[in-house]
Amino acid sequence: MYENKRLGLLYISPYIIGLLVFTAFPFLSSLIISFTDYDLINPPEYIGLDNYRYMMDDDTFYQSMGVTFAYVFLTIPLKLAFALFIAFVLNFKLRGIKFFRTAYYIPSILGSSVAIAVLWRAIFSLDGLLNSFLGIFGVEAISWLGEPVFAMFSVTLLRVWQFGSAMVIFLAALQSVPQSQYEAAMIDGASKWQMFTKITVPLITPVIFFNFIMQTTQAFQEFTAPYVITGGGPAKSTYLFSLYIYETAFKYFDLGYGSALAWVLFVAVAIFTAISFKSSKYWVFYSGDKGGK
Amino acid sequence: MNKVFPNKAALSADLKNNPTLRAEIRKQRVGASIRYIILLFFGLVMLYPLFWMFSAAFKPNHEIFSSLSLWPKEFSLDGFINGWNTGTEYTFGRFFLNTLYYVVPKVILTVISSVIVAYGFARFDIPFKKFWFVTLVATILLPTSVLLIPQYLMFREMGMLDSYLPLYLPMAFATQGFFVFMLIQFLRGLPTDMEEAAQIDGCNSYQLLWYIVVPMLKPAIISVALFQFMWSVNDFLGPLIYISSVEKYPIALALKLSIDVTEGTQWNEILAMASIAIVPSIVVFLIAQNYFVEGISSGGVKG
Repeated sequence: MYENKRLGLLYISPYIIGLLVFTAFPFLSSLIISFTDYDLINPPEYIGLDNYRYMMDDDTFYQSMGVTFAYVFLTIPLKLAFALFIAFVLNFKLRGIKFFRTAYYIPSILGSSVAIAVLWRAIFSLDGLLNSFLGIFGVEAISWLGEPVFAMFSVTLLRVWQFGSAMVIFLAALQSVPQSQYEAAMIDGASKWQMFTKITVPLITPVIFFNFIMQTTQAFQEFTAPYVITGGGPAKSTYLFSLYIYETAFKYFDLGYGSALAWVLFVAVAIFTAISFKSSKYWVFYSGDKGGK
Repeated sequence: MNKVFPNKAALSADLKNNPTLRAEIRKQRVGASIRYIILLFFGLVMLYPLFWMFSAAFKPNHEIFSSLSLWPKEFSLDGFINGWNTGTEYTFGRFFLNTLYYVVPKVILTVISSVIVAYGFARFDIPFKKFWFVTLVATILLPTSVLLIPQYLMFREMGMLDSYLPLYLPMAFATQGFFVFMLIQFLRGLPTDMEEAAQIDGCNSYQLLWYIVVPMLKPAIISVALFQFMWSVNDFLGPLIYISSVEKYPIALALKLSIDVTEGTQWNEILAMASIAIVPSIVVFLIAQNYFVEGISSGGVKG
């Protein structure tokens, strides 16, 4: 709108400084640190690709990477499907909709806090709430946090529980689907399910894609829940990659290897995101200015 | 939404002599009931843990897992009293204040820097604007763990470890791209004629920002402040890395400490403090929920 280029640059200068100092510089530094052996006490020593070579034989690395992808592939479809389902049910002119929307949104406000992770521990511990509940039906106490599969399930459930923000975005998208589309389909005798899969879903694919990208970026970085609930265990079954990076760098003070791990995670996420964006050309439909109606 | 019959008068006239229409109405009523049942069921399952936590805080320790009831049989404040005193030499109130010491500056700095930068992006012709904008989106998608170690070394070099500065200082430079992005989207949706008129009247760009853009941006600014508040209060990894002395612990670290110290035996204390810890967030959310919903849907959907 305004022509004065220097003035515009002045306004975004805080961002440019922040980008250089707090993002670009650390980003490149961590790559350099990853080629060193550095324990905070002795000066960093250049060791070439040794950290990456070590990683190739590091069982914990494979375990942690596998667990992280399992976590992402478990939580994201569950969370998004559930968010879309509830948004679909809520997308109706009924009394009390606002109340339900509020109630469903609360967990995603609180979900990433330590307080809720603590609550999760109280629910899933051996003498916890869930086992008390199952006990009513005569089910013997299950070690939810002591068995690898169940521990993963418990941690996964916490993220699915926070489906509210994705749901609110879906709901807004559903409400913007033009009514005329449904009316036309109805005249043609389409069933509810057909209308959902043939009209609703294609029209909201941009929003599905947006939610997918935002949720996966967050899920790849999950830290608090596994750290507080399971500590990564049992047998490293919930040892998500951010835990491994944190412990390597800040518990064992191996900053070189920690940086190498962080860079591998970055590359993995970047590839994953790139594939997602590439694939979006085949399943995301933009109406209006982008696709041209 | 699924309102098939917009005209009520025509509808009642049709109803009398149209059995299929009546069947349709009945079908809709059944549909509505099913929706209510689904919503109620999942709502209860989802919120039960939260209610249970609040009630468990008022129960004596031996009762917590022995009954599923939300109403304590034996009403006890021990959890709150012992929990508040904590196992350390500080009370939980101290940890609350500590949390505010960095959350408040964080929110204020985020709002100021993000508004200024978003204004620059949305209203000015900037050299390499496309490039800067791409970096903005890229930082949103960048996993922060790749920045963690060098940032720690930087703050260590500056002598800022074990202080709150590393937690909020970067916010002065609009480092959370998500908020800038959200404000840009909002600004792009606003008409510019007011600004143009003010410009003709001789306002400079700074006056435009302060007297016209900021008032119009108010709802979006409130959304930014609220989200940043929630995220900062919940943040755990940041304090975990930078805050080492117990006297500076925020709530997040204090809760983790209490569960480690008691090895998960004093559940009434832990759950009482966890309940207190989430009360501010719940209150803020209930007061301002529309800003959350609008913020998240406008920032997201129109992207």
